Amino acid sequence: MGRYVIRRLLQMIPVFLGATLLIFLMVNVMGDPIAGLCGERQCDPATAAQLRREFGLDKPLWQQYATYMGNVFTGDFGTAFNGQPVTELMGTAFPVTVRLTVVAVLFEVVIGIALGVITGMRRGRPVDTSVLLLTLVVISVPTFVTGLLLQLLLGVQWGWVRPSVSYQAALGELIVPGLVLASVSLAYVTRLTRTSIAENRRSDYVRTAVAKGLPRRRVILRHLLRNSLIPVVTFIGTDIGALMGGAIVTERIFNIHGVGYQLYQGILRHNTQTVVGFVTVLVLVFLVANLLVDLLYAVLDPRIRYA
Amino acid sequence: MRGARHARWAAAAMAAALSAAACGGGGGGTAPGVLSSSWSDPPNPLEPANTNEVQGGKVLDMLFRGLKRYNPRTGAAENMLAEKIETTDSQNFTVTVKDGWTFSDGEPVTAKSFVDAWNYGAGLRNNQRNAYFFGYIDGYDKVHPETGSQRADTLSGLRVTGPRTFTIRLSQKFSTFPDTLGYVAFAPLPRAFFDHHGDWLKKPVGNGPYLVKSYTRGFMMSLRKWEGYPGPDGAQNNGVDLQVYTDGNTAYTDLLAGNLDLVDDVPAAQLKNVKADLGGRYINTPAGIIQTLAFPFYDPRWNKPGAEKVRTGLSMAINRKQITHRIFHDTRTPASDWTSPVLGVDGGFQEGLCGSACTYDPVRARKLVQEGGGLPGGQVRIAYNADAGSHREWVDALCNSINRALGDDKACVGNPVGTFADFRNQIGRHKMPGPFRAGWQMDYPLIQNFLQPLYYTRASSNDGQWSDKDFDRLVDRANAESDKARAVRLFQDAEKVVRDNMAAIPLWYQNGSAGYAQRLTHVALNPFSVPVYNEIRVG
Repeated sequence: MGRYVIRRLLQMIPVFLGATLLIFLMVNVMGDPIAGLCGERQCDPATAAQLRREFGLDKPLWQQYATYMGNVFTGDFGTAFNGQPVTELMGTAFPVTVRLTVVAVLFEVVIGIALGVITGMRRGRPVDTSVLLLTLVVISVPTFVTGLLLQLLLGVQWGWVRPSVSYQAALGELIVPGLVLASVSLAYVTRLTRTSIAENRRSDYVRTAVAKGLPRRRVILRHLLRNSLIPVVTFIGTDIGALMGGAIVTERIFNIHGVGYQLYQGILRHNTQTVVGFVTVLVLVFLVANLLVDLLYAVLDPRIRYA
Repeated sequence: MRGARHARWAAAAMAAALSAAACGGGGGGTAPGVLSSSWSDPPNPLEPANTNEVQGGKVLDMLFRGLKRYNPRTGAAENMLAEKIETTDSQNFTVTVKDGWTFSDGEPVTAKSFVDAWNYGAGLRNNQRNAYFFGYIDGYDKVHPETGSQRADTLSGLRVTGPRTFTIRLSQKFSTFPDTLGYVAFAPLPRAFFDHHGDWLKKPVGNGPYLVKSYTRGFMMSLRKWEGYPGPDGAQNNGVDLQVYTDGNTAYTDLLAGNLDLVDDVPAAQLKNVKADLGGRYINTPAGIIQTLAFPFYDPRWNKPGAEKVRTGLSMAINRKQITHRIFHDTRTPASDWTSPVLGVDGGFQEGLCGSACTYDPVRARKLVQEGGGLPGGQVRIAYNADAGSHREWVDALCNSINRALGDDKACVGNPVGTFADFRNQIGRHKMPGPFRAGWQMDYPLIQNFLQPLYYTRASSNDGQWSDKDFDRLVDRANAESDKARAVRLFQDAEKVVRDNMAAIPLWYQNGSAGYAQRLTHVALNPFSVPVYNEIRVG
């Protein structure tokens, strides 16, 4: 187990370097960021040159990358164009996005798996059909439609919630955005769980457990569900990374100042330091989430062993 | 049954969660007499000489008062901190600062507060985006050379002659120079700005009617009324909370839901509904912004003799009235000169100066384009940045109009550029393959500001690199002219040169728009499309 973890951690290093290099190159291909800083007019050449020097943009690309990576390992992610250190931006953006992701994942786990179990146990019944139809609707409607609709209905028409999230972004305020963010994945989790449960229901160990006279609840939760969760856990694990970086649409609709918003602004303003910094952290989150998923396999299914 | 129970449990949890969320929100909940207003994060640090856009300008307008202030209604430059500004030759000015003004930290505002601030703003090593505003002052070439590093710490043209007096020497005659001093870059700065710069940026201190109570970068700034403000235009409310929104539509939704008091830019998508949503609480007033199409004069195909006929033809092929009505719901007005209505007739705005060249006339348009040798390459590609505003919509409409007038489906197409930064980049490298979108927001309400920076040879915003000796000579003469009315007439003569060459096609004048909540009164926008916060009354 320990050796496996170490091997996986070592494998992360080339993935991490490759991913950051790619991002760094891509952001640079977008062109000179200084030109956008002076509004609808030309920056005067002296100030532009000075800014370029200050942000290290006058050096060759490989040197910029080397300096950047060197700084990253000392915890310095550079400075955004508005003079704020990128670490400060991360310090405000990541807690918000993490809270949003937690809310979304909770929805996926609680509602998604519960619906999956219910429908999987009752295949072909009206409950199953209606839930399946519902998931189809959720999957086919784009997130921004769901988001704007819920915002208008709950926020403006009925006045149940605030249409926008205040800057503290407390957990309570993130429930509606979390639901919107989770909706599509939630539908997938339901379908995955349903298929997996329906399949395993007929397996030998379930029949044995039922024959032993175990209560139905124990059969479903300890035997059936635990074995059926592997594909679901894989999905949720990779989804965590996607939810954190891909919440741009939801974050804009609900005025959440999280990672998605910072990335969007960074891209619009060609802010290499912000974009590379945030994506680097997202890459790390993705890698760690994947590792945790793999380790969870062994917990869920004792037949899986890592050496 | 078990399944049904689960479902019920889930529904109950949802309902509980929603009501918890409702409790968590619940209105702005700010102090009495304080209004909340939408904001977006300024892209540059909040220093007066470093702020060149509306969002940062909004804050500085509450925090600072300069020598002059532009009247929020008429746009006229009026003395604020200046007791008098005297000159005999339009080149050497003596400024006397009024007595009794202080910064909100108690430091008196003296002549030195201005001179130090201006030297800082001009200095190359301070990276100030607006440094070129000090370019008319003698010694700028040493403090801010075009290449190399800064060779002097202070502008030789500025000299403090007493606690409340200083002199300005310009490098050329510029009769309306005192009227430019209302621009925020010319604001005075307290010692705290220089001595504790980092702290100052976290919590700016100025001499305006408001104080910064708290500032959370990227989220919110709370401004409160400064009770000790010595000026005549003190705040009529107890404060303003500026809240950063990730999207203008969300701010608008929040206004409708009653969580926000003022939205100062109604998003284009909502213009259809705004009258029904807000009724009389919607303002739509002219701002000092003009949108034009600029041409790449560095491309010989656009600069050959006869090309001015093609450009004029294109201008006449644009149905401005229809586009401003259909696309912009009359929040823009068809342009008929190269300035802005906010200047007023005395200030140099002349409706119809463009004449028939800006009037929709498809028959003559086609004829002119043919006479001029046809479109270069058989097609115009109009470049714009696709990341903001409703640029795509109006460029498409404009091309439709041109195509219909010229009777050619392929005469005009849009050329979208992904981001604003990239768009500016392509313009800066002089690589534009055709006409491109050009917007100009005035820095100060003078006709000079609409002409010289845009069309003078090698001027700072002459992106198309147009050059004309007659125009340059008329502008020089106008700047040297000490009589204002005569100067304005000379500028208008220069504008006619722009017209005869169609150096840029004027499209429309842009309005400022805002919507506000029922509890606010006396809401207005100034000519810079910034709300006049200090006059707003709450409740």
